[in-house]
Amino acid sequence: MSEVLERPVVSSTSASPLITMRDVHVRFVTRDRTVHAVNGVDLDLAAGEVLCILGESGSGKSVTMRALMKLLPRTAKVSGRIEVAGRDVTAMSGGELQDFRGSDVAMIFQEPMTALDPVFTIGRQIAETVQRHERLSRAAAMARALELLELVQIPSAKRRLEAYPHELSGGLRQRAMIAVALACKPKLLLADEPTTALDATVQIQVLLLLRKLQEQLGMGVVFVTHDLGVAGEIADRVAVMYAGRVVEEGPVGALMKEPLHPYPRGLLGATVHGGMRGQRLTTIPGAPPSLETLPVGCPFAPRCTEAEEACIAGDIAPRHPVPDRMARCLHVAAR
Amino acid sequence: MSATLHSPQDRGGPAQPLLLLNGLKKHFPIRGGVFGATVATVRAVDGVSFAVRKGETLGIVGESGCGKSTTARLLMRLMDPDAGEMVFDGEGVGQASQTGGIPLKDYRRQVQMVFQDSYASLNPRLPIEDSIAFAPKVHGVPGPEARQRARELLAAVGLSPSQFARRYPHELSGGQRQRVNIARALALQPRLVLLDEPVSALDKSVEAQVLNLLMDLKEKFGLTYVFISHDLNVVQYISDRVLVMYLGQVAEQGPVDAIYERPAHPYTQALLASRPSMDPTRRRTEPPLTGDPPNPINPPSGCRFRTRCPFAEAVCAERAPIAADLGGGHEAACHMAAPGSGHSKAGRLAA
Repeated sequence: MSEVLERPVVSSTSASPLITMRDVHVRFVTRDRTVHAVNGVDLDLAAGEVLCILGESGSGKSVTMRALMKLLPRTAKVSGRIEVAGRDVTAMSGGELQDFRGSDVAMIFQEPMTALDPVFTIGRQIAETVQRHERLSRAAAMARALELLELVQIPSAKRRLEAYPHELSGGLRQRAMIAVALACKPKLLLADEPTTALDATVQIQVLLLLRKLQEQLGMGVVFVTHDLGVAGEIADRVAVMYAGRVVEEGPVGALMKEPLHPYPRGLLGATVHGGMRGQRLTTIPGAPPSLETLPVGCPFAPRCTEAEEACIAGDIAPRHPVPDRMARCLHVAAR
Repeated sequence: MSATLHSPQDRGGPAQPLLLLNGLKKHFPIRGGVFGATVATVRAVDGVSFAVRKGETLGIVGESGCGKSTTARLLMRLMDPDAGEMVFDGEGVGQASQTGGIPLKDYRRQVQMVFQDSYASLNPRLPIEDSIAFAPKVHGVPGPEARQRARELLAAVGLSPSQFARRYPHELSGGQRQRVNIARALALQPRLVLLDEPVSALDKSVEAQVLNLLMDLKEKFGLTYVFISHDLNVVQYISDRVLVMYLGQVAEQGPVDAIYERPAHPYTQALLASRPSMDPTRRRTEPPLTGDPPNPINPPSGCRFRTRCPFAEAVCAERAPIAADLGGGHEAACHMAAPGSGHSKAGRLAA
């Protein structure tokens, strides 16, 4: 496993951030309607940092992540500035994108059975990625594939090189997909709910593996999840999304202990955990807004118990009560 | 309420378990080869026995492939068991009433089910009011009365009838659809409601709403729940007793506090330790278990958990453990919990 682990010491740690997103909007425009999926997202990620994007279905978390790799369909209208590793993603041509994806940025998905190709062996799929991006012989690429399978802790890796995806269990398939993603030592790993479909005892194994690999390889990771507990296990920083906006962002410990914005506060109260037996669960009344019209003001105001008229009067500017924490709420002390 | 659909009576008294399962088995043959011979058998449910007491919520937890959903389908008699018996309030399920049994049609009226996929389990071509009124009509309730009852139930699950009764499933959100499914399950005034992962597909804020609703309805209608889930926190919240399944068998069962505070089976311990900590300062460094659950086609000999168990010894491969009584209805199928089983840790744990 030596070669994969020996990463040239990244000199960019102090220099440019890995991700810079400024005022990113994504609209899906079809003949019948327009959906405002992402409405002004600013995100930063330093090299070697793990950011969790937390949100419920329809909050725009996956769309934001796909925008980072320019993986959105043609109906999506993207605006704003998106830079990854110092390069402007929005301006890349098809050829540049092909070089960029897989080598600089790689992505893992929730469902490995649909992300892996069923008609090629695991080894072949890893080697293909390596050969595409680095001019290696087939034998050298296969050797790298074996190293990678060992890196993601697949038992009897040599035999598993010849296995097809359907021959592996769910946990091993997810590991194989991680191996494909890591094949060219990406600087940035995007993970879209990679553990949601896994059983509890397997989920914790994959989370711990991802954390270990992230530390070993010094990657930056953006991890999309709806599960607060998963965010608590893996994140350095958490960005909470609601209706296409980041409503709160901060270090994971502070945010989970004492959320500033009423939405993450409600979410934390509604999440069942030990010791809540017999108590009535606090719920967030209502449902998220439809994104066919762009919400004015705070999108959470209709469900918020503390809402006042000023909340829906105009857009809420981000407030920073403590240097590294941000919340878009009028009730948070501005600094 | 309804004149034709009388409310089912309690027959056996409060101490008689509402549902008793004894040695339930369901094997699925895998056919292959030229003549379609049976080449292997999936032992989905392999000798499961437990009781559901009146008025309680029994939680069933386990990983995929452990047989929780097959157990649910057997409970509902959506499929027939290969072996074993089911007794509902003292009456054998599926036996003629002359011999002290309860015919399947009557049984199914008293046992209803809510599925995980709220969309797939509703007819997309029926307004939700008609979906809810469908089963009572099958059981002989006149149409207008059944619809009236459907509207009452919609109100009971928190959906305003005037606003929602004529809507179709695709016009509702996931949480609203699951409320409709719950209302439909209650339309026949059942005594036992089987909830198969009812909140797994919902967002957290909606999940809390539905869990609160389930608690309210249980009290209001005097229901008994069997709650199947892979989410240990939700099961702890809602259950009175918990059953832990592993590869088609019961690993451990008992009162919820005993299971969560003093788990005796190493699998239960690992399952509980796998929960994310919710506290970033106390992150786990080593996974409690390695590997995936084995395939139920060829389960290991003896104790089925031994291939992943950190305490496995020779005796675990030789003999299947028998459920050891730990007091207060807490049972664990582990050699370590049974004194004199031959496991080196047996004596100490049982003392």
